[in-house]
Formats: sequence, C-alpha cells, structure tokens
Amino acid sequence: MTGANSFSVSGYGPERAGWSRVFARDSLARRLDWPILLSALALSFIGAALVYSATRNRTELNQGDPYYFLLRHLLNTGIGFALMVGTVWLGHRTLRTAVPILYGISVFLILLVLTPLGATINGAHAWIVLGGGFSLQPSEFVKVTIILGMAMLLAARVDAGDKPYPDHRTVLQSLGLAAVPIVIVLLMPDLGSVMVMVVIVLGVLLASGASNRWVFGLIGTGAMGAIAVWQLGLLDEYQINRFAAFANPDLDPAGVGYNTNQARIAIGSGGLTGTGLFKGSQTTGQFVPEQQTDFVFTVAGEELGFVGAGLILVLLGIVLWRACRIARETTELYGTIVAAGIIAWFAFQSFENIGMTLGIMPVAGLPLPFVSYGGSSMFAVWVAVGLLQSIRVQRPMSA
Amino acid sequence: MTNIPETGRTPRVQIRLVIIQILVLSLFGTLGGRLWYLQIRNGEEYAKEASGNHVQQVVQPAVRGSILDARGVPLADNETRLVVSASRTELMKMKDDGKAVLTKLAGVLGMKPRDVMEKVRLCDAETPQPCWNGSPYQPIPITDEATAKQALQIRERSEDFPGITAEPQAVRRYASPGDANTAQVLGYLSPVTDDEINKAKDTDSPYLRSDQVGRSGLEREYDKQLRGKAGVTRYEVDNLGRVIGQAKSDEAQPGANVVTSIDARVQRVAEYELNDAMKKARDVFDKNTGRNYKADSGAVIVMEAKTGRVVAMASNPTYDPNAWVGGISAKDYKKLTGKNSNYPLLNRAIQGQAAPGSIFKVVPTAAAVNAGYAFDGRYDCSSSYAIGGQVFKNFESKGYGPISLGQALEVSCDTVFYRLAHEEWLKDGGNKPRKKPKDWFYKTAHQFGLGALTGIDLPNEVSGRVPDRQWKQAYWKANKDAWCKYGDKDGSYAERIAYENCLEGNRMRAGDSVNYSIGQGDTLVTPIQMATIYAAISNGGTLYDPTVGKAIISADGRSVSEIKPKAHGKLPMTKKTRDEIDQALAGVVTGGGTAAWRFGGWPQDKIPMHAKTGTAEVYGKQTTSWFATYTKEYSVVMTISQGGTGSGASGPAVRNIYEALYGLNDQGEQDLKKALLPTPQKSLPKIQPDGSIDAPKTEKYDPKAQQATEEDQTAPAGQLPTGTAPSRSPENRNTRRRSPGGRATRKRSPGGRVHRRTTRQRRMPT
Repeated sequence: MTGANSFSVSGYGPERAGWSRVFARDSLARRLDWPILLSALALSFIGAALVYSATRNRTELNQGDPYYFLLRHLLNTGIGFALMVGTVWLGHRTLRTAVPILYGISVFLILLVLTPLGATINGAHAWIVLGGGFSLQPSEFVKVTIILGMAMLLAARVDAGDKPYPDHRTVLQSLGLAAVPIVIVLLMPDLGSVMVMVVIVLGVLLASGASNRWVFGLIGTGAMGAIAVWQLGLLDEYQINRFAAFANPDLDPAGVGYNTNQARIAIGSGGLTGTGLFKGSQTTGQFVPEQQTDFVFTVAGEELGFVGAGLILVLLGIVLWRACRIARETTELYGTIVAAGIIAWFAFQSFENIGMTLGIMPVAGLPLPFVSYGGSSMFAVWVAVGLLQSIRVQRPMSA
Repeated sequence: MTNIPETGRTPRVQIRLVIIQILVLSLFGTLGGRLWYLQIRNGEEYAKEASGNHVQQVVQPAVRGSILDARGVPLADNETRLVVSASRTELMKMKDDGKAVLTKLAGVLGMKPRDVMEKVRLCDAETPQPCWNGSPYQPIPITDEATAKQALQIRERSEDFPGITAEPQAVRRYASPGDANTAQVLGYLSPVTDDEINKAKDTDSPYLRSDQVGRSGLEREYDKQLRGKAGVTRYEVDNLGRVIGQAKSDEAQPGANVVTSIDARVQRVAEYELNDAMKKARDVFDKNTGRNYKADSGAVIVMEAKTGRVVAMASNPTYDPNAWVGGISAKDYKKLTGKNSNYPLLNRAIQGQAAPGSIFKVVPTAAAVNAGYAFDGRYDCSSSYAIGGQVFKNFESKGYGPISLGQALEVSCDTVFYRLAHEEWLKDGGNKPRKKPKDWFYKTAHQFGLGALTGIDLPNEVSGRVPDRQWKQAYWKANKDAWCKYGDKDGSYAERIAYENCLEGNRMRAGDSVNYSIGQGDTLVTPIQMATIYAAISNGGTLYDPTVGKAIISADGRSVSEIKPKAHGKLPMTKKTRDEIDQALAGVVTGGGTAAWRFGGWPQDKIPMHAKTGTAEVYGKQTTSWFATYTKEYSVVMTISQGGTGSGASGPAVRNIYEALYGLNDQGEQDLKKALLPTPQKSLPKIQPDGSIDAPKTEKYDPKAQQATEEDQTAPAGQLPTGTAPSRSPENRNTRRRSPGGRATRKRSPGGRVHRRTTRQRRMPT
C-alpha cells in the first residue's frame, strides 16, 4: 500500500486533486467494472449507427426525419446511462429496501397494459402508449423487479447467516412473487418476455443455491407448460406460424418464413467485412422487417460483416463474462443472485434475439440488449448494468 | 457478521455459477459458429440471393429494324399494338387452372370465355385447333388488338388478373406499300424456340424469351442486324419493389434498317403483271393436253444488270405476311403449308427449279464457240434430227435451213444444237467415253454458274442441276435399286424407262446430251440463276451475286454500311462472242425472232431490248413458260409453270414491266416523268437521327389508269383510240383493250380530263 492510498483511507490526508481522487485505488472509478461499462457503451453506440442505418430511409416510420430514431436511441442511451449512475449511487443494497415498492409499481404497470390503456404493437399486447410518440413496455422493468424481488426473498435468510441455502418455503414464496407478473405478461400475451422471465427465474434459483429439486422441477414444469400451451391452443396463430417457419425455413418464403429468410439473406450476404455501413442492399431495401428493433443484428451482419457482427457478440460476451465474475466474487448471496438473474436475462435474450436472425431459434419479439432501438429495454438493461456495477463497487465493503 | 466464510460461497452456488458461465460461453460459441457458417462458409450464396432479391431486371426489347425499299419506303416496319397475353405458368398455379381469371378476362375483352381458354391450351395430338403451339413458358398472346380501355382495366385491376399482362408491343407490320406485298422476299417472324435460346445464350446476341426470329427471306437473312440488342436495366428495388437505385444497364440498341434494292413500285408492277399473265394463261387452250393451261405457279425477277441487285422479285402464289404477326393461326398455317396449299411460302424465284428450255441456249452457243465452232458458221436447222432410231424434232417441226448460231438463237432452232451436242458427244467417245472427256457443253454450264447457288442474300436458295457425267453416276447410284426393282423391259413407258435407267442410267447417252443441249431432260435451273446469267450477258460478262440487301443503316442513320456487289465469276466467252450473242438476242425481239410479235413498237434504237424465249417440256405436265430478257440497265426473267410458251404467256407481262420502268407506252414513246426507274436507284435513302425516314409516297400501280393515260396521249380528246397500235398482234391488243375500266373512263370524259384525274388519283397517298 502506498502512502497516498493510506491517506485516503485514513481520511486525514491533505485534499487531493479531483483527478487523482477519481483514480485512487479505492475510489469509485477504480472499483467500477470498466469492461462492462465500456462494452455496454460501445454496444449502445454501435446500436445507434445500426438503428440509423435501418431507419434513415423508412419514411413511413421516421416521420420524414432520417435522424428521428438515431436521436431517440442516443437519448435513450443517455437516460439509460443516467439511470445506471443513479443505481450505482444509490447502491443495490439501498435499493433492496425499495424492492417491494418497485415490484409493486412494475406489476401495476403491466396490469395497466391489460386495461384499455394498453396497446398492441407487432402482435404483442405489451405497450402503454404515453402520447407524443413515446410508449412504455413495462414487461422490461418487470424483468428487473423479478430479479430484485426474488433475490431479496431468497437471500434474506442466507445473508443473515441463518441458513446455507434458502429453504423450500422461501423458494415457494419467491416463485410466487415471480409467477404473478409472468402470468400477467402471459395474458398480454408477450410470449418472448415470458420466456426470458422463466429463464431469469431459473438463473436466480440456480444461483440461490436452492435445492436441485426446485431447479429440475422448474425446468420440468416449464416444458410441461409449453406442451400444455401448445396442446390447449393458447397460442395465437402468428405464434404457431413462427414456430412452423422455424421448423421449416423454406415454408412460404413470402409469408410466414419471410422474416427469417430475409434476415438470413441479409446476414449471409455480409460476408467477412460486410457491405459497409449504410451500403447494405437488404437494409436499404427494407427487406427485413423490424430491423431497428428485434432484427437489428441483421444490419450489423450485412453492413459490418462477420467482423462487425462478431464484435457485437464479443462485446456482449465481455459484459456477461465480467458479470459472471462479479457474481462469483461478491460475498453476499443477494448480489450473486441479482448478478446471476441479469446474466440469465442478458444471455438468453441475446441468444434468442441473435439466434432467431441466424435461424437457429424461432422468432420471438425480443430486443437485443443495448443495440436494439427501444426506450424501455434500454432503460432496463442500463439499470441492470448499474446493479452489476453496484455489486462490484460495494463488494469490498461487505467484507 | 456471519458464520459463512468470507469468500461468501457455498460450493454448490460456486459450482452452479461456473455452470452458468459455461452455459453462457457455449451459447455465444453457438452464435459465433452459426455466424461463421452463414457469413463465411455460405456467404457467397446468400450474397447472390440478396442481389437476386433487390435487383429487378427490366428488359426493353429492341425495336426491330425496318426493311426498306431502295427509296426508303418501308416494306416491313413496326406498329405499336396493345397485346394482352397470359402466362400459362401463372394460370396453372391456380386451383382451377386459371379458368376464373380467363372467364373474367374474356368479359373485359368482349370475347367468349371458350375462345380465350382455347387460345391458351397447348397443342397436342388430341387437341383440335385453336391451341398454342409455342413454348408453354412464354406469355401466350390472347389478342393484339386490345383497346386502350381494355388494357387499362386489366392493368388497374392486376390483382384480379394474375398472370395476365396488357402491354404495348411493337408488332411487325408488312406494309405492302402500293400493294407490293413482297411476301417471300421479306419472309416472316415467329417466336424463338427453347433450342435457339440455349444455343445463342453465350453469343454476342442472345435471345429473349419474347423474341421473334426471322424464319425466312430477308427477316431471316438479316435477322441479326434487324434484331438489335435488347436493353436490360437492372434496378435495385426495396421490398415493395420501389426503385432505390440503378445497378447496371445496357441500353437497348434498336435494330438496324435493311435497305434493299427492291423498288416497291416496280415490285408491285412485277407482282401484278405476273399474276395477270398467269390469269391470262389460264384462259389459253393447250393443244397438247387438251385443256387450258393451269399456270399453277410463277416467278419474275427484275435485276440491275450492272450490279446484280434485285429491283423486284415476285413469286406466285403468294400470301399475306401479316398472317404471321402475333402468332399465326392454325387455319392460316394450314393454308400456307398444307398439302393443297400449293406452297405460297416458297420463293419460286430462288427455290423453284425447272428445265429452262430454250432460254438455256446461250449456254450451248457459248459452249459451241469455245469448242471451236464458228459463231457465224452455217449449221443446218432441219425440222428434226435423228440419232439411231430416235427422232428429235424442232419446235413445231419447223426447219430454217443452214443458219448461224446467232440465227439459231433468234429463231430458237433446236436441231442446230442437237447436232452440235451430238457431235461433241461422239468426240468425247460416245457410248465408250474417253478417260478425260472435254464435255464442253457441261463445263460451260458450270462456268455460267448453273448447278450452283448464285449466293443471293436470301436463305434456302436451291442450286438447280447440270446433268453431267458425275451427276448421272451419283444419281444412278442412289436410284438404281429402285429402278431395277420397278423396271420392266416390256412394261409401261415408265417401267421401260426405269429398266433402261437400271441398266445404263449411269452413262451419258446420246439422247441425254441432245436433250440437255436445249435445256431439257434432267437440266434444272432457278429463275435467279437465269436472271444472273442474262444480266451478265448485258454487263459484259460478270456474274454478280444477286443481292436484295443494299445497305445496313443504323436506326439513327449514322452508320451506313453498304452491301457492295460481289461477282462470283465471268461468263466463259470472249467479248466478241458476247457481242454476237447480244446481237442475236436483240434479234429475238425484232424481225423473225420468237418474241418479235410481243415487242412491236418497242423503241429498240433507244432502249435496245434483248430476249430469249423458252418453252420447256415437263414429263406429265404442261410446258413451262420462260422469258429471259435484258436491256442495258436491267435483266428481267419470268417463268410460269404449266403456263404455255415463253413469249405467249410471259411476253406481254415482261414488256409491261419494262414499260413501267422506262416510262414507255405501248407505242414505244417514252415519258420520263412516268418512268418508275429508268436508271437504277443509286443513292441510299436518308434516315434521320430520330429514326424517321424520308420516304416518298408510293402510288399504286394501276394498269388501267396507265392504259387510259397512254391512250389519252396517243389519241386526241374525243377520238376513240382504237387501232392506234397497229404493230401489236391482235391477240395481245385484245387482251389489253378488253379492260372495262379503261374504256368506261374513256367514254365518259374527254381524254384531257381523264389524264388529269388519273394523275391526281395516282398521287393519292396509299
């Protein structure tokens, strides 16, 4: 330990310059997980370029302003960044006390979607239109509150040192807590979000150290639930068609299979280095629907090629890899569970989103974290980054 | 604070976290692998698919060039018509095979649904007409006479008419300026076949599926030049088909115009006169067969003597080439090609071959001179010539005593040539031929270009035949089996001939040589060969390749490439012999010549006329009428199958053609203002950069009006002009004067007014 550092710990040293204070060994800046932060920022800015490329010609969407989506994406990124800063500033432990309120608000919001205030966009009844071109997708926030809520319940006894693992009662409670919003989202129906939430629950349970029975039980229930949903015909036709198109990509290339087919053509035609930003014919020609949101990865695939699309994979990988380290290194189970929930969320959502553009997953309306255009999603993932940072920043102090 | 160790982790949680990490890693590994698979391994394939996605090809068919006459009058050009067509492939995709769509379409077009459906069904052995006999992948034209309103209805409601298109298309039009139909020379177009598309795929002029290809005549000969090059514009389009950029485009290159040496006016005269001569021949009684002449087919060629360019070429029977436009109907096709059609598609000027009869005699004359016989020698023109037991008679058994070769030409004495040919045959060894026979008569025929193609720029020319020793040998080899089987020593005439042929058909017999010397027997020539020969005699001996095409002029008129006259040989005669033959042929139309009775009043001093008549006998048929003529400028050859004698059937017609060319009336007075083409057209028509052509109006040939004006000139107003042409034979005059129109006009009004009126009539646009 150098003298300067010990001064800062003691608090009796002379005032140091702000710059060096920021980079002092024990400073907040030093303790932040920079790889995650920089990767998330890079993804957001790459996303901005891709969103711009995908929307500058879509006059029917951008109201004649080619920068409409670009500016909003940057604004969303800024707000997301601010939310992250706020989250780090508050700290995940402070937030822990607010979890019941946040949970309540988010459940209230998804309930609102079921009322006439909710709106259907792209087949998913998952939106609340706020007016002025803004709309809210509360299921994105529910993902955060489920993680926080379950972590709070599951870690309470363990972090208190009462038990090595959460007991069945606690697990049941936490499952109940997750089930309420999941059922509501299922009613919307927003199947993609439900799938993400189920995976989150799985990740949370795994990281909580809950009994294997719960984990396998959940997987089994999920499988049976899926079969039941299929058998009982609870799916809408468009959802069945998506699966059919996934099973047989050549099926009706002009209809159901169109999205995936065009997406694959776009990505495949990119080759190693792509056609160059703004030069993709698939993108310029608007052959891929929803290209600024769910299919944003196709823009990268076509215009930036294997190099650019691979970079997005690598950046997402860095975020997840570092998140795994955070989950492993934090001493409190609460932080571990939150981090694991976020990992499960990001990992599955990224895999599903990119996988569907590559034709290895059925189509589901899920945004690509950081990259896709969409305020609610952007805010939620940046809050998640904030939580990860907070867990990391506060790790030494928990010792 | 806690009893859990500071590392904070139970092993279970730590292990599960590692599992999660591995899971995440494998998920991303999967994505990376799949990305590599799509972009690197299969990238090219997808890139191709992507470009197929956004690149729409718009094919603009090149406008086919026009075929123009020597003055620029279009003989074949294009007009825009609204063509409604149906795509069979699209219709067959529908559940009811497109029945509903076609029924709806029939309603719009005002046709019967049945008719429409029959048009799009494919022809096969069991399908009666009408049906489509083109490629099933090609849009099938339902009508090319849609109105703008109908087309609009179809296009506006395109969702109601899947697979139906209504588009303006340039449709070939054979304009027949001044009623000159020129059918066989122009040829026709029909849709390109799959084979042709495949064959031409990698050449510099590939076909489009919608292309029409020249099938005969000039359309075929100059197909490549006329067709031009289709333009292909490749647009990048978005998912809604909106154009977002232009990828690459090859401009359409409109086809070039082919300027021919045909003069539409002369062509019309030739066609009219040929038809007229044939009609009149059918009124003439044939003593030999005991019925009127059939005159079943005929041809006439007007050729520039100094270049070999064809000014007019007519073949009869003829047809309307517009029948092919927009797909020929089966009925029309049968009419044109069926067994009872008499094959009007044949261009008999180049594809009709027959024994030439006496017009051949210039060949043995030259041969005799080359063999050492003096032109001015004395040769016995007896009424018949006997070899062994066989007697070869002179025409109508006339004898003229000892005459020169020139006189033998003038009076068309056969026996002179029989004798010479027989002598030469004997010199060559007779029935035991020498190793290297001189064969003067055959060699000379080959040197005249007979038995070979003239090289005219029209497809499917036939070569005729010189029945020389080589041919006899080959022919015998090919047929002896049949002859020997059929032949019977004591059978019918045909069986006896076959028997004889079986035994010695490979040998040149005395009779063969003798028959050949007057253009009979197995000798076959085409009218174009004879026109070429007589043109060569006129021009001093150069055998030009006959040409119809005179120049290829690009659509904008900028690039002009003239098709220069090309010679394929020289007549085997000295200048002296040529002059002597020339003089003898002039004698044919004067004095005691065989055609003199047809050329009374001809201004021989101003426009020296040379001619040779021919009446060829054909076994089992009536005689073929031949008439070969030339002046300094032109050579005109006419033939009528089963038409009678050369001068009788063809004489007046040929004279009328000359009169029209030179502006002569029956009395031999020349009016250059009326002359269609006193000297061959030298200059080429001018084509403007915008493609328009300064073509003069073409007046219709009206032999009656011409008659009226002729009479008007010769007879003062109010006088009846009978007997003003005393030099003409009565029979001829009667034919000419019998025309009711001329007489009626004459009677009703004073000649001066008739003149003016007819002039005005003839100026009327056609």
